[in-house]
Amino acid sequence: MIEVVFFAALRERVGEDSLRVTPPETVTTVAALCDWLGEQYPAVGRALDATPRRMVAINEQLAEPHSAVADGDTVALFPPVTGG
Amino acid sequence: MTRIDVAITAEPLESRLSSEGRDGRSGAEVRFSGRVRDEAGQVRALFLEHYPGMTERALRRIGEHARERWPLNAIEMIHRVGEIRVGEEIVRVVVWAGHRQAAFEACAFLMDVLKSQVPLWKKELTDDGWHWVEARERDAEAAARWMAPSSEGAR
Repeated sequence: MIEVVFFAALRERVGEDSLRVTPPETVTTVAALCDWLGEQYPAVGRALDATPRRMVAINEQLAEPHSAVADGDTVALFPPVTGG
Repeated sequence: MTRIDVAITAEPLESRLSSEGRDGRSGAEVRFSGRVRDEAGQVRALFLEHYPGMTERALRRIGEHARERWPLNAIEMIHRVGEIRVGEEIVRVVVWAGHRQAAFEACAFLMDVLKSQVPLWKKELTDDGWHWVEARERDAEAAARWMAPSSEGAR
């Protein structure tokens, strides 16, 4: 199982704080996970499409679209940060 | 060893004081405070969302990068979350070092990297309601300048 968490504008567009998902074994990267989420959850697909500039963190560390995801990971998806 | 303290709080920062800097080691103390601008009367308040847990880890990590790069005695970084009124402090970064150049550079580095890598998001309240603030390209460029090889040579 992978926990996917959303923040800020992306969280509001999805309408959920988080999802617990079990994608097929062919889903091994962040990019593949996003594609799969979009197919499985149309609301997530629309929210991702509406947020083309995104950042990702895996287990609370910044990562990239090609970064590997595995069972047990927490994957956070969010718009570019605007703190400070 | 450079002390690094980080904190996230929903309380006003104004009353916070540090006891750092009085032991005779630090000839320089550089403090940056970011405050809520009213944008010529357009903005009434900000709301800051964050990723609890990761935000603190990310702040600590950038503090560790600064400590590897400059000779520093202490770093304190505190960021406010929740609703913040115009004129109030959003963020405070304070750096203590033996000499001013390291303190100035490290403080600028910390703020530039904080704005592009720490999971915090601003919403602003205008007459039309609440709106998410879009990230600006120049903030990414400000962080990138610290990654360029030329910035090492300039020191």
